[in-house]
Amino acid sequence: MMAGGSRAGDPRERRPWPFYALATLMTVFLVFLYGPMVVIYLLSFQGPDGGVTFPMVGTSTYWFAEILKPGQMANIPVAFGRSIALASIVSLVTVLVTVSAGLGFRRRFPGSGALFYLAVASLVMPSLLVGFGIGLGFKLFDWTPDLFTSALAAQLTWTLPFGLFAMFAVFNRFNRAYEEAATDLGASAWQRLRWVTLPILMPGIIGVGMGAFTLSYDEYARTTLVAGNRNTLPLEIYALISSSTSPTLFAIGTLTTAVSFLVICTTLAVILRMQRRRAARARPA
Amino acid sequence: MDAGQDAVSIAPRSRGRRRWRLSAQAVSWLQVSPLAIILITFFALPTLIFLVVSFYDYDRVGIYPDFLLDNYREILTSPATLRVYLSSLQFAFIVWAITLFLGFNIAYFLVFHVRSRMMRTVLFLACAIPFWTSGIIRTIAWIPFLGRNGAFNQMLQGVHLIDRPLDFLLFSPFAVCVTYIHLFTLLMIGPIANSLAKIDPALLEAARDAGASRWRTMVDIVIPLSKTGIALGSILVFTQVMGDFFVVKAMSGGQSASIVSQLATEIQAMQYPPAAASAMILVLFVAIMVGGMMRVVDVRKELVR
Repeated sequence: MMAGGSRAGDPRERRPWPFYALATLMTVFLVFLYGPMVVIYLLSFQGPDGGVTFPMVGTSTYWFAEILKPGQMANIPVAFGRSIALASIVSLVTVLVTVSAGLGFRRRFPGSGALFYLAVASLVMPSLLVGFGIGLGFKLFDWTPDLFTSALAAQLTWTLPFGLFAMFAVFNRFNRAYEEAATDLGASAWQRLRWVTLPILMPGIIGVGMGAFTLSYDEYARTTLVAGNRNTLPLEIYALISSSTSPTLFAIGTLTTAVSFLVICTTLAVILRMQRRRAARARPA
Repeated sequence: MDAGQDAVSIAPRSRGRRRWRLSAQAVSWLQVSPLAIILITFFALPTLIFLVVSFYDYDRVGIYPDFLLDNYREILTSPATLRVYLSSLQFAFIVWAITLFLGFNIAYFLVFHVRSRMMRTVLFLACAIPFWTSGIIRTIAWIPFLGRNGAFNQMLQGVHLIDRPLDFLLFSPFAVCVTYIHLFTLLMIGPIANSLAKIDPALLEAARDAGASRWRTMVDIVIPLSKTGIALGSILVFTQVMGDFFVVKAMSGGQSASIVSQLATEIQAMQYPPAAASAMILVLFVAIMVGGMMRVVDVRKELVR
């Protein structure tokens, strides 16, 4: 992989002043990033009589329990399940399609420029308009929009370009000498892909999958016009915001952050283990 | 080693296989075809559909195929359009400048100043983790923070910096900018850090040895070599702000609307043709801006190698 430690030079060297300036900026940024988040984490433990602002009226897990009561205001657990299912499909499709496209883009082929700009256009398209276009198309053909058809498609127009560009970054770091070595040793194209290219790229591929998962899981503007009558979690949250203001929203925020955290930690653990195993195998016995 | 015999035994097989082998171009086409098919069906075609619909006629009951320019004329001659575009552009510009400053400096710090790889990963993740929380929740998280009795006002009053709560913090253009910056700075950090990481540190050392000041090294080496990342981040932030639909609605306190939230109102009223026409104008506008940025920096050359 990348040469990590060498970049910054001798560790005993004295830090130049920009280091301290930038470290301060970084700290300020992190405080800015986490300040409001911490506020909602705190407020989600608001007592049953408390409101959406300080002061705290005791502490409780009342608002978390409120989420789980079905039918109360919105069915959060069901919507959460749908979001996870949709995000898993989006993530899987994104990985398969972008790995394949990333391989294809390593050669120049007629039409590669057009396809590249199509992906850029799809990425920068204002999100609500994608849903609008797909919704109109479905209306024209008299199809019913649904979570796993039109909403899935709308989300893919966003995760695929994102995944593709991330794949370019992954492939850029890949040293093709490994593939040439495999070919020289008699590997077929398939063997080369299966045993050399993919394993080396795997951490990057997992990263792309995770990225696509979260992009889909949080997606609101693309999905809202084409989700049919089954809502995803962000759509439910949006409906909640317009109908009521209670710390339930913050409890949902705390809970989703916890879930995301769990997903990230698991993924990182998997990547780390993979790298460690590879390092162990590479070491001469 | 009996290399000769090996070669003999392999040769006929590979010759037999050659019949099946596709040309390199055909392989590439096959590999990119799923991407092409999905993007054409679900992005290019729908865009074409609303281009067509934007010329349609409509009334309260339905939409009728036609070729009218009225929808466009109405939008382009209304002062509301100009106002909302100007206010969105203003937001886009302010947010772009601030996220670029923050994003570049933080990416530079992460890539060139942080020495241990572990620390770099941890800090990068620290920047990325809030991104994993729903944007809607991250937007409303600012409400208890910036409100009249919010955490920020109480903090300032606590240290006696102010004696009355500041009112301009929430439901104001200020709140909109803060939320955008909170939401989108990572979109700047990511691409810029990626292009900075590709710079060979030996180049910077060479510049220093040749007597270049920090400033010159920055202007003549680091910034030119990271311009792909800067361009990509700028495109992402700009288009996110222009396409925003929720933040302005939730944080401006009704003082201003965004282009897309106006459009959403028309869609909800089932006025598809005028909505499609204003969508088309927005798409053209964004396309021209992005095209301009991509002319300055050849993003493609840098990305696809």
